[in-house]
Amino acid sequence: MLKLLWTDILFFILLAGFVVLIVRARGREHLRRPWRKVARSRSAVVSLVILLAYLFIAVLDSIHFHPRNQGENGKSQYQAEVISVLDSWMTPIRTRVEKTYSAPFSSYAYAKEMIRQPDGSQLWDYPRLQYGSAHLADPEHEKTADILATGMKGLGEGGLIWLLSASLVIVWRSRHDRIGLAESLKRIALGRTEIPWRAVLLTLFLILGCSGMLGELGLRYHVLGTDKVGEDVFYQSLKSVRTGLLIGTLTTFATLPLALGLGILAGYFRGWVDDVIQYLYTTLNSIPGVLLIAAAMLIMQVYMARHEDEFASLALRADFRLLFLCLILGMTSWTGLCRLLRAETLKLREMEYVQAARALGVRQGVILMRHILPNVFHLVLISVALDFSSLVLAEAVLSYVNIGVDPTMESWGNMINGARLEMARDPVVWWSLAAAFLFMFNLVLAANLFADAVRDAFDPRRAE
Amino acid sequence: MNAASDALHAKAQPETATALLSVSDLHVSFRQSAELIPAVSGVSFHIDKGETFALVGESGSGKSVTALSVLRLLPHNGRITGGRVNLGSTDLFGLPEYAMSAIRGLRIGIIFQDPMSSLNPVMTVGRQIGEALRLQRGLQGKASRTRALELLDHVGLPNPQRHLDEYPHQLSGGMRQRVMIAIALAGEPDLLIADEPTTALDVTIQAQILELLERLKRESGMALWLITHDLGIVAELADRVAVMRAGKIVEQSGSERFFEKPEHPYSRELFTAMPRLDACLNRPETQGSEPLLVVEDFKIHYPIKQGIFQRTVDYVRAVDGVSFSVAQGETLALVGESGCGKTTLGKGILNLIENSGGRVRFDGSDITELDGEERRKRYAEMQIVFQDPYSSMNPRMVVGDIIEEGLRALHPAMTETERRERVEDLLQGVGLPKEARLRYPHEFSGGQRQRICIARALAVDPKLIVCDEPTSALDVSVQAQILRLLRDLRDRRHLSYLFITHDLAVVAELADRVAVMHRGKIVEMGVTRQVLFEPAHPYTRRLLQAVPKLRLSKASASPR
Repeated sequence: MLKLLWTDILFFILLAGFVVLIVRARGREHLRRPWRKVARSRSAVVSLVILLAYLFIAVLDSIHFHPRNQGENGKSQYQAEVISVLDSWMTPIRTRVEKTYSAPFSSYAYAKEMIRQPDGSQLWDYPRLQYGSAHLADPEHEKTADILATGMKGLGEGGLIWLLSASLVIVWRSRHDRIGLAESLKRIALGRTEIPWRAVLLTLFLILGCSGMLGELGLRYHVLGTDKVGEDVFYQSLKSVRTGLLIGTLTTFATLPLALGLGILAGYFRGWVDDVIQYLYTTLNSIPGVLLIAAAMLIMQVYMARHEDEFASLALRADFRLLFLCLILGMTSWTGLCRLLRAETLKLREMEYVQAARALGVRQGVILMRHILPNVFHLVLISVALDFSSLVLAEAVLSYVNIGVDPTMESWGNMINGARLEMARDPVVWWSLAAAFLFMFNLVLAANLFADAVRDAFDPRRAE
Repeated sequence: MNAASDALHAKAQPETATALLSVSDLHVSFRQSAELIPAVSGVSFHIDKGETFALVGESGSGKSVTALSVLRLLPHNGRITGGRVNLGSTDLFGLPEYAMSAIRGLRIGIIFQDPMSSLNPVMTVGRQIGEALRLQRGLQGKASRTRALELLDHVGLPNPQRHLDEYPHQLSGGMRQRVMIAIALAGEPDLLIADEPTTALDVTIQAQILELLERLKRESGMALWLITHDLGIVAELADRVAVMRAGKIVEQSGSERFFEKPEHPYSRELFTAMPRLDACLNRPETQGSEPLLVVEDFKIHYPIKQGIFQRTVDYVRAVDGVSFSVAQGETLALVGESGCGKTTLGKGILNLIENSGGRVRFDGSDITELDGEERRKRYAEMQIVFQDPYSSMNPRMVVGDIIEEGLRALHPAMTETERRERVEDLLQGVGLPKEARLRYPHEFSGGQRQRICIARALAVDPKLIVCDEPTSALDVSVQAQILRLLRDLRDRRHLSYLFITHDLAVVAELADRVAVMHRGKIVEMGVTRQVLFEPAHPYTRRLLQAVPKLRLSKASASPR
């Protein structure tokens, strides 16, 4: 039974909004031109492919439902627990929980314990893991070969999917350019296409190959180890993708109306409207953001404690907390963009085409929508793209000081927060930190490169 | 060395056959997305010592590019693809960069069009001149200051002692251009390149600067290379003239011969396109009909606020009690220099700027007292066409949407097809193809854009159009076309114009009556012929004196 959480619904609304924007932009030449420029940049399309891969995971993880299972009397019934499509897809990895830490690809637990041997005697040693490489009789000798074989199998599967998608692209391009299949293949292979399809396909190959390998290996090993309570770190990292993306995008969702509305109104009407709005954002800006967030999170927790019956399940509580965090982050981060938009509008309102529109008797609202808004939109786009990565990082920092997302929710911030205490142990428990770092780094790097390309394409001062 | 000994030095050398600067077969291209677009193709000319050479052409003809290539200061996507430039016996293209930078300033000085953007706003005038003196003459400290004072005095800046420690924003446009010239002269160059030196200045200031250039050239014996689009300036200053078009020099001859009998058809076209003062003489007087617009005691004051509480201590009187009227089908020109309040007045009448007093009667009723819907509709019967055809259209809308904007606002009942037909009619009415509807403003040239702006104004069937310097950003030939179009539309639609301009020659071409504005007040108003040829007010006389002689009449400088 489908059970969408609040953040799921908002996330999908946001995605739908994006799709609508893209469809509308296709019809406008002045909007299509900068995007074409983005599409010609190799680093931009590679980043886009990576971002889309992240988005794919987040979307899978945003379709929640009550799973159905066989009850005791043979009738199927819905469970109370809510899981996502990604959870059910990764079920073997999700449910294979060890006792405690274990290193990546390890066959033994991290901590020694008393093991009862078959002959009845007891031994103080590292126990074998319950699931990780449990299929091997003699891990020391068989593991390397098994990892290689399983890895190759995964790579092969990933490669197959890649071949399929690559041929789809080739066929599509040949239809589109009205050329033969061989010619289309040749152009792509030699990198002679306007959009760098070769780079796109290479990136796709890397992503699909890696996911194939990780998928196959993940069924037999803990590829990125396990955490304190024995959960698979690879699974956690993937689950964190949704949290990171949601914080990056939903916060923007909360920021934009405020920044756009207030910034444009202040710049266009000036006078007392400008005074009030400026007063508002200067005041907000002078309060430390972390303080405001901490206070808001505290209030929210009190609210949840008073209305326990409305937040019956853990998932609901975590979800509400995430939503609230996005909102409060949005409240504290709209001022920069607002200030920028006000300044730009101040300039635009004196432009002669705005004055001509006023002379023609066009209403103020229409002027704002038709003349001001489209001409500040490049600023919005640039700052949204640049802010996204800083918001993903902000989540990690806030979780570190315990005012971030719910501790039960998988997020990179929580992973880092949990790992920091174990850094002093010997041998070092490095894998949680490394996994969070790796996934976050990829996302933020891709987002930054993409944002750079977008800025270059939309910034009129950088036009060639 | 100082200017005097430099002059002696130049005189000591007898005129030799070798020219000071010779450019032969210069080719320059610009790279635009992997394509080389030629900007200058095969230009050859020479400049002798002590002469004034004028390179004339319309925008985009490659005249500034030629100057920048000689100085090797082309933008990064520009390439010199062929040709030689010799300064005396030095091959400028063969020099290493450090030697070239010594040439710039020491032997060739340059002044640009816009004196505001070529001076550093955070350095005092004295320091900027001092920098040039230090680099080029090795002067420092007191010697540098004395020389800077001398230079400022030389370029005719009043009270140089005071201005030396001021910042560029404290000076007026004409004073800034004088400072620029002083900096260019700091190295005592043999050749001074003046790239449109007066285009950004008012007529009276323009006349002063031209006089200054002429005097400097005479005194120091340096050569002057004048780059301009204005034949009037050329006639005043130049010894020799070259006309450039599309990267080529089409005609080159001595100034006297050129103005006597221009050979090339393009040069002749430039002559006929140039507006002249005597154009108003042989035009029938228009008989006064009903006044359409009556402005009485109109004021626009800006408060000057001071202190913590921002108390209003005084007002800037941008428009200070102006009264005039425009009759149906009549053109009233509003003439004055920049800052006299003419544009403010124009916008104030249209209510684009809040007024501080006065009444505007339009078509029989006082429209300043109207409210709401009625006010919006009545005000739309007056339209405006702006100076800059680049900023007056929303770059993100297609031309069709731009033109029908007024129709949507005032006639919401109109159907899609009706609107489209109307837009197509309007486009054809201003001489553009119907298909222009679907294109974006940046795909059009300056003149075409101005036509679109006129079509936009006409869309709502206005009775009066305020034209705010509609032709001053355009080339002469395009200017003539737009003026013709405006005249045409006036006769066809019985429109009235309030024509705001600083160019008296344009006034003569179009206006029935003229009002001269000075410091927010109208100082003289009357029939065009009377104001231009029998001016009563001393300020009007001063304006007229500043007009280049070539522009006075067809008879005095006619090609035939």
